[in-house]
Amino acid sequence: MIDKTVASPAEAVADIFDGSTVMIGGFGEAGSPIELIHALIDRGATGLTVVNNNTGSGEVGLAALIKAGRVAKMICSYPRTANSRVFPELYRSGRVDLELVPQGTLAERIRAGGAGVPAFYTPSSVGTPLAHGKETREFDGREYVMERGLTADFSLVKAKAADPHGNLLFNKTARNFSPLMAMAGKVVAVQADAVVAIGGIDPECVVTPGIFVTRVVEVADPAQESDLVASGVSYP
Amino acid sequence: MAERAALDIPDGSYVNLGIGIPELVAAHVPEGREFIYHTENGLLGMGPSPGPGRGEPELINAGKKRVTALPGASYFHHADSFAMIRGGHLDLCVLGALQVAETGDLANWSTGAPDAIPAVGGAMDLVAGVRTIFVITQHVTRDGTPKLVTACTYPLTSPGVVSRIFTDLAVVDVTADGFQLTELAPDVSYEYVAERTGAPLIPMDSSVSKARSRS
Repeated sequence: MIDKTVASPAEAVADIFDGSTVMIGGFGEAGSPIELIHALIDRGATGLTVVNNNTGSGEVGLAALIKAGRVAKMICSYPRTANSRVFPELYRSGRVDLELVPQGTLAERIRAGGAGVPAFYTPSSVGTPLAHGKETREFDGREYVMERGLTADFSLVKAKAADPHGNLLFNKTARNFSPLMAMAGKVVAVQADAVVAIGGIDPECVVTPGIFVTRVVEVADPAQESDLVASGVSYP
Repeated sequence: MAERAALDIPDGSYVNLGIGIPELVAAHVPEGREFIYHTENGLLGMGPSPGPGRGEPELINAGKKRVTALPGASYFHHADSFAMIRGGHLDLCVLGALQVAETGDLANWSTGAPDAIPAVGGAMDLVAGVRTIFVITQHVTRDGTPKLVTACTYPLTSPGVVSRIFTDLAVVDVTADGFQLTELAPDVSYEYVAERTGAPLIPMDSSVSKARSRS
């Protein structure tokens, strides 16, 4: 019997090691797997390279992981966000590196990595500082820049529903990067609002097929980042 | 500006709106037209704000503000969203700008200041893939410096992509000959606008030019 469910967020992230690359789903607070991130903070792994569109807000979730000094490098498209104070401070003092990637290129790099494609050409960023030092090539009279696929040792994502095989459904715009990161992670830990029985998700509607998922933990009433930030919570 | 820009969007267009003033375009859809709004974080068929204190934290736009989904809407992941953008499936995009050059070069993501935190988001993908790029911006900066210039001094988002600019003073097309004035705001003269434009401005009656549009 295949059953990927585990009992706790701590168990889901128990093998994340120092220096690993971790993809974290979410666009702003939508789809941010806060309970898994907090479990990662508790675990103590450090020197991480983290892939996320942003850098978190307030002092919870991703921002708390950065504040705790666990992140050596961020790969993201938009590190400035309202209530984003932790990353700018550490970045200006040289304590965290930044690889800035156009948002669509970031998504495609993750998709490519998960799909076994080591590199691809895109028109995005041609003629800008973000293309400096990258290989370019002309196709049909237009210039393109080569970008590398991205993979990760671990991906942490939040789903609305999962079954024990790891088939996933997402909630509205919380889907964003999560299905891609589920493809690109060697170990993929999912926190789901609900874990349903096998057969509980219509096969026609599955967004992420279970083959991409390693572990599933039910977090029935997940915290919302904006609620935590509004009430001044600082994790841990 | 947003209201004026909305007038130039054809009926039935798939439209992406940038963060800030461009978001206001959605409030000014002309009578009898229907636009379908795309937000790059993963929603086609975006509807208006649900109102203060309402809505859901996981139904947001690219500016991370809460929005609604209209009947007929769809959700998708980022690779699909940017396939729509890069693959040329969107008709039009309305963006903000720090500077626009007379060649259509756009700078809207970084001032290049040494202490700035660089942030690009989806702007470079949008200008690379969307057929028609409109810009909404104040004509000059807060200290009076022109934003329409001969060449951008800020880092580029992309060279040669802007078709039409809607400012508080005028509507300006980017043509092969440079900036072409196509409309003045009420009580504004050509001379007043030209003085505040950092590149030659072709007057309205001097030629009939067409805005750039890439196929």
